[in-house]
Amino acid sequence: MEAGKEHMLWMYEQMLVIREFEETMANIYLEGKLPPEIQEGLAFDIGSGLVPGEMHLAAGQEPVAVGTCVHLNDNDTVTGTHRPHHFAIAKGIPLKNLAAEMFGKVSGLGRGKGGHMHLFSVDKKFSCSGIIGAGMPPACGAALVSKKKGKDWVAVTFFGEGAANQGSFHESLNLAALWKLPVVFICEDNKYAISVTREESTAIANNADRAAGYGIEGVRVEQNDALEVYEVMGEAVSRARRGGGPSLIEVSTDRYLGHFQGDAEAYRPQGEVDQLRKNDPIDRLQKQLQDQGMSDTEDQQIRQGASEAVGEAYEFARNSDYPAASEAEMHVFV
Amino acid sequence: MSERELTMAAAISEGIAQEMERDADVFVLGEDVAKYGGIFGATGGLLDKFGPERVMDTPISETAFIGAATGAAAEGMRPIVELMFVDFFGVCMDQIYNHMAKNTYMSGGNVRLPLVLTTAIGGGYNDAAQHSQCLYSLFAHTPGLKIVVPSNAYDAKGLMIQAIRDDNPVMYFFHKGIMGLPWMAYFTGSTNMVPEESYTVPFGKASIIREGSDVTLVTLSQMVQKSVIAADKLAEDGINVEIIDLRTLVPLDRETVINSVQKTGRLCIADEDYRSFGLSGEISAIVAENLDRVNLKGSVQRLAVPDVPIPYSPPLEKAVIPQVDDIESCVRSMM
Repeated sequence: MEAGKEHMLWMYEQMLVIREFEETMANIYLEGKLPPEIQEGLAFDIGSGLVPGEMHLAAGQEPVAVGTCVHLNDNDTVTGTHRPHHFAIAKGIPLKNLAAEMFGKVSGLGRGKGGHMHLFSVDKKFSCSGIIGAGMPPACGAALVSKKKGKDWVAVTFFGEGAANQGSFHESLNLAALWKLPVVFICEDNKYAISVTREESTAIANNADRAAGYGIEGVRVEQNDALEVYEVMGEAVSRARRGGGPSLIEVSTDRYLGHFQGDAEAYRPQGEVDQLRKNDPIDRLQKQLQDQGMSDTEDQQIRQGASEAVGEAYEFARNSDYPAASEAEMHVFV
Repeated sequence: MSERELTMAAAISEGIAQEMERDADVFVLGEDVAKYGGIFGATGGLLDKFGPERVMDTPISETAFIGAATGAAAEGMRPIVELMFVDFFGVCMDQIYNHMAKNTYMSGGNVRLPLVLTTAIGGGYNDAAQHSQCLYSLFAHTPGLKIVVPSNAYDAKGLMIQAIRDDNPVMYFFHKGIMGLPWMAYFTGSTNMVPEESYTVPFGKASIIREGSDVTLVTLSQMVQKSVIAADKLAEDGINVEIIDLRTLVPLDRETVINSVQKTGRLCIADEDYRSFGLSGEISAIVAENLDRVNLKGSVQRLAVPDVPIPYSPPLEKAVIPQVDDIESCVRSMM
C-alpha cells in the first residue's frame, strides 16, 4: 500500500518535529553540565544541569517511527526503548508533557518520576523502558487483550538490533506466533549497540531472517525511508488487525548522535555521520512531496509550525515546577 | 452460609474461581495451570469451569508471559500469572523488578497494574537448593509489590480474593508444604474451615493466632503451623507464647508486633527464609526502632535458614530449616 499525500504530509511534519525536538535537546542537555563547582579535570558532570542523567536521542531514526505510527490509532499500543522520543511523538504524546517529564517537572507525563527513558501515557497507550528487550513481552500482553476482547487493536514494539539477541526477543516471538497475537515487532537496526556493531554481536546478517525460526513473516527494509517503512508496516499492521498474527520487521536506520549524549563515539569511523546525513530521510521526503506539488509556502508553514511546537514545549518545560519533595513517597501504589 | 474444611490449595482455587465468575476480566496463565490445575493445585478445576481462553497454559517463557501479564494488566484486564517455583524468578526478574513493581511509580500513579503473581515456596521435602526457597524477603525489599503469604486455607481464600481485587501488583506466595497435596506430607493445621461464600482478608493486618504473655513469636507461612505445635508443647509447661501470623509483608502490620512485644518483652522470629538481610532482620529493626515503647527482657532470637543454600540430604535439610523442636528450645532458652 502506497502513502497518499495526506499521510506523506503527516509523516513529513512529524519527522520535522522529531528532528527539531531531538537536536534542540542535544543542546539543552549541555546546559549546566559544567557547573562552576565542578571537580578539576572533569569535562562534564552528568548529574548536573537542566536535564541531568542519561539522554538517548533518535535523530536520524525518524522514518521508523512515522512510517509505523501513521498506521496506528489511540487503541493501538506501542512499547519501546531507552531511545523513545521519536515514537512517543509520532504516537501522539503531547510535546509539552514529554518535555516536562524529561526535565523532571511535575507537569511531566509521570509527574517527573520517570524521566526520559520511562515515559508512560495511558491515553496514547505508550510505554517505554530502559531495559533492553523489556518492551516485547508487555506488547504481547496488550495484543492478547485485543484478541480476548475481539478487537482489531494492534500492539507494536520497537527495539534495536542489539536487543534481538536478548532472551525476551526469542520468548516473545515464540509466544506471539504460538498464540497468533496481533503484535508487530519492529527492529531498528541503527548498526550500533552502544559501540558494538551488529557484525560483532549477531550470528546472522539479518534479523528479519529470524522470523522464519518462529514461523512468522519477516521483512527487512534496507533504506532509512519513511515511504518504504510506510509500505511494509502497512502490510504488517494490516495483517495483525485481520487476525493474521505477528510479523517481524527490521529497518536499516541511522543514529546521527551518540548512544547517549556525551558519548564521544570514538568507536565510529571518522566522517561516518556526515556521510549518513547526506542521505537525510527528511530531505528525501521533502523532494517527494515537492514532486507531489507541495509549494514552498506550504513547506515553510509546516517547518515553522514544527519549530513553534517544539519551542513552546521546551518553554513549558522550563517554566514548569518541580514536584514537591513529599511526592517522592507517593504513587508506589494506587 | 455454610463452611467446610478445605485444603489450602482448594481454598485458593475456590477464591480464584469465585472472582472469575464475578469479573470477566480475570484470567489465569502460567505453566501447567490449565490441564494440570497447577503443579501445586492452586488452579485446580479452573480449566473445566472456565475453558482454555481464561485458563491458559504457557510455554516455558517466564519473561514473555509474566511481561505479557503486565501488559494485559496495563490494558485493564486482571491476570493471575503463576511462577511455578519462586526459585525460578531469576529467568524473569527484570519484568517483575523493574517493570511490574515500578511502572505505577514511574508514571506518577497513572498506570495501574491489577495483577496477581502467584508462586510456590518452601522446602522440607528434599527438593534441594533450587526448588526449596522462600525468598519473600527479596520481593518485599522491592518497592512497588504487595507481598501476601498465607498460612492456612481460610486466610488463603480471603487473601486471594483481596489480591485479585487490588489494583496493584500483588505477589502471592503459597508454601508447598501446607497446600494439602495428596503427595506431600503437610501440616494439617493449614486445612481448616472455609466459608462457601466470597470474602476478603485485609492486607496489612497480622493475625494473632494465639494469645500469650511470655514470648512473642512472629512468623508466617508453614512456620505458623510449626509454631502452633511448639506452642502447645510449651503451654504444657506453663510457657505461654503469643503467635503472630504476619499474613502480608507488604503492607506490614508493625503495630501488632510492637504491641505484642510491649506485652511480653520477648521476641522470637521464626522464618523459613535466609537469616541475613531479610524478614527476621526487618522485624528486629522495627522493635529496635521502638525501644521507647518496648522493654526487651533479652535479646531478639531469630530462627531462620543459616545463610546456606538448602541442602538435599535429609539430615542436612532438617538441620537448616527451623523445625518444631528448634522453635520450642529457642523459646525455652528465652525464659
